[in-house]
Amino acid sequence: MHELGLVMHFIDMVEKTARQNGVQKVAAVTLEVGEVSTIIPSYFRDCYNWAIRKTEYMKDCELNMVIIEAKSYCRDCQQTFRTTAYGKACPYCGSLNTYLITGNELTVRDLKVI
Amino acid sequence: MEEIRIIEVKQSVFADNDEKAEELRQKLREKGCFLVNIMSSPGSGKTSILTRLIPALKDKYKIAVMEADIDSDVDARTIAEKTGVAAIQLHTGGMCHLDAAMTRQGLDEVGAEAFDLIFLENVGNLVCPAEFDTGASKNLVILSVPEGDDKPLKYPLMFEKADVVLLNKIDVLPYFDFDVDKFAGYLKIRNPRAELLPVSARSGEGLEHVVAWLDKAIEEWRK
Repeated sequence: MHELGLVMHFIDMVEKTARQNGVQKVAAVTLEVGEVSTIIPSYFRDCYNWAIRKTEYMKDCELNMVIIEAKSYCRDCQQTFRTTAYGKACPYCGSLNTYLITGNELTVRDLKVI
Repeated sequence: MEEIRIIEVKQSVFADNDEKAEELRQKLREKGCFLVNIMSSPGSGKTSILTRLIPALKDKYKIAVMEADIDSDVDARTIAEKTGVAAIQLHTGGMCHLDAAMTRQGLDEVGAEAFDLIFLENVGNLVCPAEFDTGASKNLVILSVPEGDDKPLKYPLMFEKADVVLLNKIDVLPYFDFDVDKFAGYLKIRNPRAELLPVSARSGEGLEHVVAWLDKAIEEWRK
């Protein structure tokens, strides 16, 4: 259900871009999905396959999902680490003064259009 | 032959909603209407807290409530019956959250300019409502004791987006393994600027602090 809402926003955005660029159809779209974005790619794809049937430009548009690795940065020791392995705590110095640099994406990278 | 070309987009799926939300926030500011987005799990006490809070606020502010649910108008009727303020029900059409466009439709329906404080009760869910900016002036998040003290760790975004967090159902603390200090610590990790206010919608305990928080937030917002 969570993925469905996101798919609807995603499709609106692609359709709008297609309209603005005067294309006939969108053949493929590349979507960047962060590892900790709370999106489950298989659910997203299921919703997508159902939702594109009702679209104007995306009826048989291929969906390519690129998973972006989650990385965090420690403000105290300036090291970078994998968020999925260590969570909030820096594995080098133990500090919780860290923040996510990548991994929360849900970004449309590009469209292949005809 | 058909010519294939690539259009670079490089834009977040949330960008359009974020833009609409920002516009809405500006509009509400011009109208002098303070919008509070209330988010929590189902059953944590959003409606119960509102029915307790509104009587303490309604002499000071012209209040309306927008209830968002997938179906039914149970919440809007409860609010209208128990508090006497204007309440409308929004249906999300199967969606698990409200976005800025839906919020705007609700505000048009309720007639936002006639009110100076509007509560938006979002769909009960700790995930999606946090992803979609509604255009609210402030986000109020509720967690109830039976849900457990580890929730800020499990639902980071919801607690990161909160301006204030109410810990509800503190009257049942003796019966649960809920550690308030631990919860406060986890919340601080996620969001050091969010204020934590323990309350009980049942007994009314702590709700005066929520009223005070709202008064202060509205006063600062009006400056």
